[in-house]
Amino acid sequence: MTLNMGPQHPSTHGVLRIVIELEGETIKKAEPDIGFLHTGIEKQCEAINWAQVVTLTDRVDYLSNLANNLVYALTVEKLLQMEIPPKAQWLRVMLVELDRLNSHLVWLGTHALDIGAMSMFFYCFREREDVLRLKEMFSGQRMMTSYIRPGGVALEPPRGWEKAMGKFIRQFPSKVDEYENLLDSNPIWKIRTQGVGFISVEDMLDLGVTGPMLRAAGIPLDVRKTEPYSSYEKFNFKVATRTENDVYARYRVRMEEMRQSANIIVQAMEGMPEGAFQADSPHVVLPDREKMKTQMEALIYHFKIVTEGYRVPAGEAYQAVESPRGEIAYYIVSDGTSKPYRVHMRTPSFANLMALPTLLEGTLIADSIASLGSMDFVLGDTDR
Amino acid sequence: MSDFTHPGILETKVALGETTLIADPAQIVDLCRHLKDNEKFVRLTSITAVDWHPAEPRFEVVYHLHSIEPIRRVRVKCRVSGQNPEIDSVFSVWRSADWYEREVFDLFGIGFRNHPNLVRILMPLDWEGHPLRKDYPVHGYKYGYAKE
Repeated sequence: MTLNMGPQHPSTHGVLRIVIELEGETIKKAEPDIGFLHTGIEKQCEAINWAQVVTLTDRVDYLSNLANNLVYALTVEKLLQMEIPPKAQWLRVMLVELDRLNSHLVWLGTHALDIGAMSMFFYCFREREDVLRLKEMFSGQRMMTSYIRPGGVALEPPRGWEKAMGKFIRQFPSKVDEYENLLDSNPIWKIRTQGVGFISVEDMLDLGVTGPMLRAAGIPLDVRKTEPYSSYEKFNFKVATRTENDVYARYRVRMEEMRQSANIIVQAMEGMPEGAFQADSPHVVLPDREKMKTQMEALIYHFKIVTEGYRVPAGEAYQAVESPRGEIAYYIVSDGTSKPYRVHMRTPSFANLMALPTLLEGTLIADSIASLGSMDFVLGDTDR
Repeated sequence: MSDFTHPGILETKVALGETTLIADPAQIVDLCRHLKDNEKFVRLTSITAVDWHPAEPRFEVVYHLHSIEPIRRVRVKCRVSGQNPEIDSVFSVWRSADWYEREVFDLFGIGFRNHPNLVRILMPLDWEGHPLRKDYPVHGYKYGYAKE
């Protein structure tokens, strides 16, 4: 029997169609059909200037906007060979980790909802609301923040941010314990997840899978540790790994990652350096409004950046960052003008989804929902 | 770092801390097999292309490889002609080439010989043209209001 799952199906978390060939209740063949959310972001990047592209990177993945901002900013800074002040780097780390909490909370809520634990969804969205409020406090936006930009971050941290962030982050680990208590003491949750969704390490490496899926199979591959960017080498954290390589292990890895992220945020808060939050490169970073009113150079730079855009030296750069879903990498080619020549986004959801046929084939149709959920893909991220 | 030797490598460049191998498109499969088996590049992280229209050879096919032990990355680039662009598929080396090659085929119109299922992946199957080519407009293709 051929079963058509999607494009509109609650457990695909977006617009994904899977054509499943069944024999009894066993999946013989699964063929994902993607592209329903293709918006041509890579093409649009070639038509706008370097500063404007930041707003498009937000919209690639609605759950990890800041990770996308960060990888774009890092790649452009590599091309510009620009040094970023420590305060901006610490702010970046703190907010990207906050976004990891956001993404993992949405994943946990919806994944548990798929499997039937409905109350988890409400608990997770309660905490996620706090994260979104903090993001709003920093950037003025709950989701499409555009906060991390080439040259630093967009705005100075708001007054009283330490208090708001501290209040949230100190009680957060106890919330993770609460979720774990709720789920781990539930026998249905364990039966639905343990021993389900196995895929071999060789297959995962061959198919380009990264992120919590790979770490749940015992491979400690995390770009934050292996190729540190944005001062991650100065933070003390562990890469969460498990060895069971099933849906349950992926859940435990993400729970541990939430604890580690909370830990990194506390370290970033306590060790926040003093100084500028933007690099001293007037040809790239917009000047301060006060300076614009008094200094002619600042006004000229502002006019040039806004009308024409800054130029980036010709060349190519590739930068990888650990997003909540895995390795996200941008490959940017510049021809020396004020617009990118080519922006390629290597998104983790696209690569992870490639493993879907291997993951599903030979398993039961009833387990496919748990397996799908454990991959944690975002379809906007897949189709771009 | 840049100590790769293979007859398929035409030139090795290091810029911004990244190693780029300019490769002969005719030997790309052999070179990739060598990099995977002898240099431990077990992961293919992406395949993409750059359109240098109107230059000739027009397209640049770009492969990004990643090795876990030791951690290192390398970029392999091939130039492909704009007239009937084609290159051999590296699907036999890494299975992750599957969707990436389909994406490049879809958006740039570069063919991959010996690919098991080379059909469009992001655009609709009956779409005409290849959107990421530089001679393809950003706005107003086919259904633009300009004609009315």
